[in-house]
Amino acid sequence: MQRIGVFVCWCGSNIAATVDVAAVVEAVRGEPGVVCAADYQYMCSEGGQSAIRKAIEEYGLSGFVVCSCSPRMHEATFRKTAAKAGLNPYMVEIANIREQCSWIHKDRQYATEKAIILTRAAVAKLNLNTPLVAGESDVIKRALVIGGGIAGIQTALDIADAGYEVDIVEKSPTIGGKMAMLDKTFPTLDCAACILTPKMVDAASHDNIKLYTYSEVDEVSGFVGNFTVKIKQKARSVNKDLCTGCGVCAEKCPSKKARSEFDQGLRNRGAIYIPFAQAIPNVPVIDRDACIHFKTGKCGLCAKVCGAGAVDFGQRDEIVTRQYGAIVVATGFRPIALDRLGEYQYAQCADVVTSLEFERLCNAAGPTKGKLVRPSNHEHPKTIVFVQCVGSRDTSGCGKEYCSKICCMYTAKHAMLVREKYPDTQVYVLYIDVRTPGKNFDEFYRRAVEEYGVHYIKGMVGKVAEKNGRLSVQASDLIANTQMTLEADMVVLAAAIEPDPTARSIGTMLTASMDTNDFFTEAHPKLRPVESPTAGVFLSGVCQGPKDIPETVAQAGAAASKVIGLLSKEKLVGNACVAGSGETLCNGCSACENVCPYGAIEYVIREVSDHGKRELRRVAQVNEAICQGCGACTVACPSGAMDLKGFTNLQILAEVDAICR
Amino acid sequence: MRKCLKDGGRIRCGQHRIDDMEFCYYPGCTLKTKAKDLDTCARSAAQALGVTMTEVPDWQCCGAVYPMARDEIATRLASVRALRCAGERRQSLLTLCSACHHVIKRVNHDMHTDADIRAKVNNYMRPDTEYAGETRVVHYLEMLRDTVGFDELRKKVKAPLTGKKIAAYYGCLLLRPSAVMQLDDPENPTIMEDLIRAMGAQPVVYPYRNECCGGYITIENNAVAAGMCKNILDSAVEKGAEAIITACPLCLYNLKKNGKHALPVYYFTELLAQALEAGAVEGGTVRAG
Amino acid sequence: MQVSEREMAKSILRISGVDTKKCMKCGKCSGACPAFGSMDIHPHQFVSMVEEGNIGALLESKSLWNCLSCFACVERCPRNVEPARLIEAVRLTVIRRQGANHLKPEEIPGLLDADLPQQAIASAFRKYSK
Repeated sequence: MQRIGVFVCWCGSNIAATVDVAAVVEAVRGEPGVVCAADYQYMCSEGGQSAIRKAIEEYGLSGFVVCSCSPRMHEATFRKTAAKAGLNPYMVEIANIREQCSWIHKDRQYATEKAIILTRAAVAKLNLNTPLVAGESDVIKRALVIGGGIAGIQTALDIADAGYEVDIVEKSPTIGGKMAMLDKTFPTLDCAACILTPKMVDAASHDNIKLYTYSEVDEVSGFVGNFTVKIKQKARSVNKDLCTGCGVCAEKCPSKKARSEFDQGLRNRGAIYIPFAQAIPNVPVIDRDACIHFKTGKCGLCAKVCGAGAVDFGQRDEIVTRQYGAIVVATGFRPIALDRLGEYQYAQCADVVTSLEFERLCNAAGPTKGKLVRPSNHEHPKTIVFVQCVGSRDTSGCGKEYCSKICCMYTAKHAMLVREKYPDTQVYVLYIDVRTPGKNFDEFYRRAVEEYGVHYIKGMVGKVAEKNGRLSVQASDLIANTQMTLEADMVVLAAAIEPDPTARSIGTMLTASMDTNDFFTEAHPKLRPVESPTAGVFLSGVCQGPKDIPETVAQAGAAASKVIGLLSKEKLVGNACVAGSGETLCNGCSACENVCPYGAIEYVIREVSDHGKRELRRVAQVNEAICQGCGACTVACPSGAMDLKGFTNLQILAEVDAICR
Repeated sequence: MRKCLKDGGRIRCGQHRIDDMEFCYYPGCTLKTKAKDLDTCARSAAQALGVTMTEVPDWQCCGAVYPMARDEIATRLASVRALRCAGERRQSLLTLCSACHHVIKRVNHDMHTDADIRAKVNNYMRPDTEYAGETRVVHYLEMLRDTVGFDELRKKVKAPLTGKKIAAYYGCLLLRPSAVMQLDDPENPTIMEDLIRAMGAQPVVYPYRNECCGGYITIENNAVAAGMCKNILDSAVEKGAEAIITACPLCLYNLKKNGKHALPVYYFTELLAQALEAGAVEGGTVRAG
Repeated sequence: MQVSEREMAKSILRISGVDTKKCMKCGKCSGACPAFGSMDIHPHQFVSMVEEGNIGALLESKSLWNCLSCFACVERCPRNVEPARLIEAVRLTVIRRQGANHLKPEEIPGLLDADLPQQAIASAFRKYSK
């Protein structure tokens, strides 16, 4: 027989205002197994916990029930209390009389009755508890970072500096991501390449970091501390070890029809190309769909002019299998497609561009060598109109519901850069609100208005029409209560951003949850922003939600610190409440294996001794390191062979009996 | 006027197959009087294409504007009567005038999605079977694109309008609101340009092709309509248009009368019938553009 | 019997089915409106004035008769507020009253010309009178 203590918490007034805690204590004093019962104002405080420890000693308790808030809040706290007092931490049960009782009912009598019932059920369960020991698993001291933009690079550098091995897998031929495409960054107007390329070089040359560029994650299996990942290294058609990065092949390539992804389609590139001058690795890649040799068997000029003999047309995709203890997702973002926002005439007019395209037009290494010209006729634009919130804050189905966060700031940046370089060019920004929440951000935007004379007009654009070679922008001015038409040479659309399209397949491979906008969900939106609810998976950068570079770098460091915390453990303590199959009852039907969401069950042939008979049977076997204790298998099992430690069938029935008394 | 009833065995309940060439036809009042060309050319072109249009018997004026109020049913009844007639014949309802198309399609959408309106209308009409928006409403242009197909149409063109630069004027009612009308992309449509190409001419795209012509404002304030039509026509001419086509009698009137432009304005069916060298039909001969 | 502005606002919201709270005050409706120049109260103002129960001025507005029902505001609003429905509801609030029709049958002959299609008369009548 157990010796159970019941401790009823007031939780200040959260519980006590609705539940008569003294009455609960009295009602459960006589329950089978209960030897002491008390109430206390804040059970989770040091005072409360020490009261429990005293009671354990005084009454020789073998376990205790705490009637309080949700176990998600303090079950771990009270398990530690038990352990400190020498009890097995699994001899603790929580009766949730807050979230499931005092916070949802108004009637005091009803709530008190319900609290008593919930406590009885917890006592009934605890009477059948047995001490449990959690299993342990090893931790592989290597991390995987999926995505090689600033988020992935920063996370990798922080993990590597702490002494652990890191692999970065990046699907494009170079690391650098979107930040490498930028000209200047707000609010300091630092040159993006100048602050990024040193980090890129560090990542490439760090002893602990291995780069897998032009590669994708193909398959993930395993669990926290022990992931097995297959990485597909796509064929560059160039031997990395022989290539010197001289660039002659890219110069000489006769096929110039492909559009440059790095320059947002604003210029052409060859079939063999290096995305940009500071690409890392500085090794070209052949786009086989654009290559004359791969399409017709002719040409092959690059192979002929390559002084190092590095071109390898026969190169194939390779799969590399690696083990990791932790995985960080840093897959980034892209601007949305504007096909449902036809009123801006983006696809119809060359002079209507997105902000990222505008960034490339301003960049000295961009398609126009930094000279801002109209894409249609390469003339200097005398009037530029920036349109905010294109496809953001949109609940009509044509865009995204959320605010993309970075656009107000980058448009102020663009506006100032234009006015700085071309003081004769008039700049208008049409906005709904101006959102500048970061450090020095509002001051930055006010400089655009007050020092640089950018015309900020509160109102939205209704239509863009091409008229006599210029763009007629029809918009409202809400402060003046007029409708105006601006004759512009260029229109720049601050298009919404969305997660990179590979995010969903990565999410599926990792069973990491995502929201309806395809952003990865964090374990807790306020308190655990860099961890996925899936153990061992961490989040870094825009893949978790729109953010600018300062926030990305901060979050990247946070994710790294979580990884370091994980990798620094010698052993990982697993889940004690795992499933197990009674081999004499198991009929080998595979129902449990099919229903397990974690792939934790397999079937083995084992010799089973049943009622004196010894025979070989096909029985279920649970991998306790992977099992998360969800209980689906116990429900699916038709014979009752499968049971869950800590939540056995008998325990659940005992709770039901206690409730129905 | 031919009456034909569909054999229920051929068609699935409530649905009309997209490849069925027989339609219930709703002309609307203007097509029988001031806009005869829109109607007769449409019917003769349909004949040449092998499409049968059977007029809804005893149809009533749809009202020409869609009643946006959620609490009126009288203004919706005429449309529902036409829809039910087509439904009983297991056919889609074919419309030609942009305004009639807009009204009937949106009323149909209400019958399908607004339980309050559906209940009230059915309570009033007391039909044998409740009507819940099952009939498909098809505009003549959609029939050309989806039932006949522009490739097939091109093959049947005998007198292609080669070398002619023609601008399409959509106006508002065919395209908006796009969630209900679903005829084409509301900002950058292509259906009329595809038709122009199929007829052998060169389509001219200009940015004001989906801007309002002024509509009924011409009754009270034709200066406003004049200003809007001038924008539209100037824009078409700037892009090189030699003629402009439309599907709406009021748009045609506004463009011609209030636009006061040299640019000729036609119903799209006039050019279609001409290109197909379609024969005469009951009600009028085909006038050459 | 005088109906209060608040009662009228409620009735307008009921007739139109519009939720004015969805509006984020971006002004795109007024930016798209082709009839803006001939209106005294503009689409974005209609939404905010109905939300605030400021109906009196709306009933006297000439915008009611100058709205073209072209649905540009409905199509382009990023929140599906549908200002056109609201303007129609205010228009109906006026013309549903006895003797408050904006267009009377006796006025029609003076407005006709030989080419004017029935569609024009029918639509104007449906919009401007009950």
